[in-house]
Amino acid sequence: MDFFLQLLVNGVCVGLLYGISAMGFVMIFKASSVLNFAHGELLALGAFFFLSLVTWGKLPIAVSFLLTLAGCFILGFLIEKFFLRPLIGEKLIFVIMLTVGLAAMFKGLILLIWGGNLHTYPEFLPPSLEIQLGSIYIAPVYSATLVISVIFLVLFGLFFKKSSQGIFMRSVADNQKAALSLGVHVRRVFALSWAIAAMVACMSGIVLGIINGVNVHDLSAIGLKVFPVVILGGLDSIGGAIIGGIIIGLLETFTGGYLSPSLRDVVPYIVLVFILMVKPYGLFGLVEIERV
Amino acid sequence: MKKLSFHPCGNYRENYAQELSIFETWFGRVCLGVFLLILFGVAPFFLSPYLLYILNTIGILAIAAIGLNILVGYTGQISLGHGAFFGVGAYAAAILVTRLDVPFYLSIPAAGFITALVGMIFGIPSGRLKGLYLTIATLAGQFIIEYVLIQWESLTKGTMGITLPGPSIVGWTIAGDKAFFFLIFICLVLMTWFAVNIMRSKYGRAFIAIRDNDRAAEGMGIPIFKYKLLSFAISSFYAGFAGALWAYYMVSITTEPFNLGLSVEFIAMVIIGGMGNIPGAIFGATFITILNEVLRYATGALMNVSLITSMGLNMAPLREFVFGLAIVLFILLEPKGLAELWRILRSNFRLWPFSY
Repeated sequence: MDFFLQLLVNGVCVGLLYGISAMGFVMIFKASSVLNFAHGELLALGAFFFLSLVTWGKLPIAVSFLLTLAGCFILGFLIEKFFLRPLIGEKLIFVIMLTVGLAAMFKGLILLIWGGNLHTYPEFLPPSLEIQLGSIYIAPVYSATLVISVIFLVLFGLFFKKSSQGIFMRSVADNQKAALSLGVHVRRVFALSWAIAAMVACMSGIVLGIINGVNVHDLSAIGLKVFPVVILGGLDSIGGAIIGGIIIGLLETFTGGYLSPSLRDVVPYIVLVFILMVKPYGLFGLVEIERV
Repeated sequence: MKKLSFHPCGNYRENYAQELSIFETWFGRVCLGVFLLILFGVAPFFLSPYLLYILNTIGILAIAAIGLNILVGYTGQISLGHGAFFGVGAYAAAILVTRLDVPFYLSIPAAGFITALVGMIFGIPSGRLKGLYLTIATLAGQFIIEYVLIQWESLTKGTMGITLPGPSIVGWTIAGDKAFFFLIFICLVLMTWFAVNIMRSKYGRAFIAIRDNDRAAEGMGIPIFKYKLLSFAISSFYAGFAGALWAYYMVSITTEPFNLGLSVEFIAMVIIGGMGNIPGAIFGATFITILNEVLRYATGALMNVSLITSMGLNMAPLREFVFGLAIVLFILLEPKGLAELWRILRSNFRLWPFSY
């Protein structure tokens, strides 16, 4: 029973991480319908920016966190401006392959600058976050993750519901032409949504880096793990990303714990195929009915 | 009777047969003949073994790329699992020849058919999905096939790999780059001929109709699920055939090369070569293979420059960066690929000196 509970807790923790990693991905898809294969590399870029600022720049944690967020905001803006804007209205395969090409470029750059080794952040989380419930142990990083993800979820919920830019973004996602004719600056919305999504991605990259250490190969693998998560949750639902993440995380830890550790990495994709066959728009996704 | 001219200066077609003809003029046919003569008569006897090795790699990858182009370029279904299908073909040939002692000239097409079956299984989601959802489904297929190849140890020997015996026909063993050159390029010519002709048939037209507008295609009476599956089957047949050739050429195979990176390289070949263009796939395979070799050489040379080694920089990732950059630049600057550049070059010759 203890084993089961520990697996349950681990699954939820891992799942939350997947959920946070998927949030940026979903934001990009929601605003511009781009399937971003470079997401894992965006996570890694954020994590490495932060690493450089903390270890080489010797800046305080809070300052370097804010600087990293700002840097990734600008990076997302530039990616949209130089690479994706020329492709608005182009065929799907070009958009997908462009992000694949970007992924290769970023990965090459990161490997050139920081190398492929595992780096770790200096310890900075307060130990009071450690939770011990009976025989179940939750490491401080996981409770920090929980806190951070809830904060970001609330912030984004408010942003989309209340702020004018958030409402513009939702209107563009809903119907681009109608939004354009009602005076929404669609190009600015695209740029802004990429910038915000890159910021979210880098934030998740930092959280992942705190927990697993910073390694470009691991982080870009998580970028691919995002696909089952978002398909399960629905490609355009941020809450769905979190719930999909938790389900996939539970699935992984239980398969790893009870069946076989080698099946653990492939089980999300097997589930992915079944979801796609049965319910392609996921649990909370917007259903576009089209019968051919 | 076609006139012996370089290129017609307008559209003089009078019937559909002319519209469908592969060569518009005698000149193109003669050019291709001369090119093939040089390829088979001169290249294997004068090139160094290293250059022959590159040519052979290009030939094998071109077969697989033609297959992917049928699926992606003509039918409009994006597949991220082509590298895995290539691996299935390699393993099918290896298992057939080591376990069942099938002669090699049967095992290669048999591997193609086995891969076609696997491809049809992973093409089933295309009945309900299209666009990016199908892309994600094929991505899942890539990971599942990779997992099966590694974990089904009783059949594939897992990470140990399989060593193949040298192929032989009636006592004559095919070994060495020169012998393989003939095997590979005869296969490439046959497969290209088959692909070009299938695209002129009713099947090819149905594929193109599905790509351009699937609802209209269904409305005109094309059973699109059947044709999508057929397209997956043909494309995987090409991948499996190429994979089998590759297994024989490499002598021993492991699961390692058949990863997502290989699938991405295949799609890059199709895009860089030109989507919906059979010669384009060959151009793309040539471009990617040469790019890989040049980058390998360049990073190796850079490693030896004392300044860079003293700075502690590892230049190997430069390959990945340039590969990504090539994809991005082609998509942004010339989305129709090398085939379009080749067409522009030819029409410049034709129109010179009055190109406007």
